[in-house]
Amino acid sequence: MHKTIQMLDKIHLRLDLPKFDAGDTVKVHFRVREGDKERIQIFEGVVIGRSGGGAHESFTVRKISYNVGVERVFPVNSPMIAALEIVQHGRVRRAKLNYLRGLKGKAAKIREKRVRLPSTSVSASAEAHDDAAS
Amino acid sequence: MSVAIIGKKIGMTQFFDDLGNRIPATVVHAGPCTVVKVKSEEGRDGYDAVVLGFGKGRLKSMTKPELGIFEKLGVEAPEVVKEIRVTQDEALLYTQGSQVDVTLFQPGEKVDVIGDSRGRGFTGVMKRHGMHGFPRTHGVHEVQRHGGSIGNRTWPGRVKKGTKMPGQHGNTRHTILNLKVVAVFPAQNLILIEGGIPGAPNSVVTVRKAIKIRLKKNA
Repeated sequence: MHKTIQMLDKIHLRLDLPKFDAGDTVKVHFRVREGDKERIQIFEGVVIGRSGGGAHESFTVRKISYNVGVERVFPVNSPMIAALEIVQHGRVRRAKLNYLRGLKGKAAKIREKRVRLPSTSVSASAEAHDDAAS
Repeated sequence: MSVAIIGKKIGMTQFFDDLGNRIPATVVHAGPCTVVKVKSEEGRDGYDAVVLGFGKGRLKSMTKPELGIFEKLGVEAPEVVKEIRVTQDEALLYTQGSQVDVTLFQPGEKVDVIGDSRGRGFTGVMKRHGMHGFPRTHGVHEVQRHGGSIGNRTWPGRVKKGTKMPGQHGNTRHTILNLKVVAVFPAQNLILIEGGIPGAPNSVVTVRKAIKIRLKKNA
């Protein structure tokens, strides 16, 4: 890719969002504009895949709403994403969970992946330490 | 008849606008262009135009007369030289030896982009004119990518002019009207234009203010 385009893409990169991947259950706080008012709509579901790369990357979230499967694609770097919460990390063995589309109920359940808490707490305390040092 | 700037197409990317919409955009490295010459109707040229130079030319590949022109005008030898027709009023904005850059354009403004489309060489009718060819089965042989009939029989006894046939496809001058400027980066000499523009990356394009904007009634 041309380095000028890389430079331009950097403007839009969202580095503030937490790391997430396919299988994770997330809450996407998405800004919705109605007329000149703005409110935040939460879309909660399972990330069934990420696609693309760099500034162009997007991810698909799937949920079952009133017994109907609903999928929504969000650009990862969209300024319309107010916040992204990770409800649960899922343990999955593939990058794209398209098989979920044919499943429902218990069969569509994804096992939780326990993220090692010590490592995160270490980094948290290390940050705290850095703060104290400075 | 409009103010313009010469640039190079860099490629396409996306850009989020103020409303959070994702907009496909072409990046053009435009200017700064040196005003090589201002022609006027009263002068010996007999019409109003400006000659713009863009980029840094290879001195080695220029002829002495060419170099002489730039030396005499006191400008650096450019890579691309293009003449742009302007109105008499617009010509006043330019002085010989001065520079024009992307600040000519504002985000949201409409522009026209002129450039040569990608050359595809000698191409068959399916690619060039979107003809459908023939089925690959049902006994069809040898003519799967042909165009079919090109005329009648003894009357008119000839092939009509303009009949779509194979030939050179692309590498022709194209003008795309009324494209929106998404963003302008004066420090980097970049301009982002919504949608696609003619040509391959690195090809020379001219960006000018839109000449066919339909003005709103009572505006």
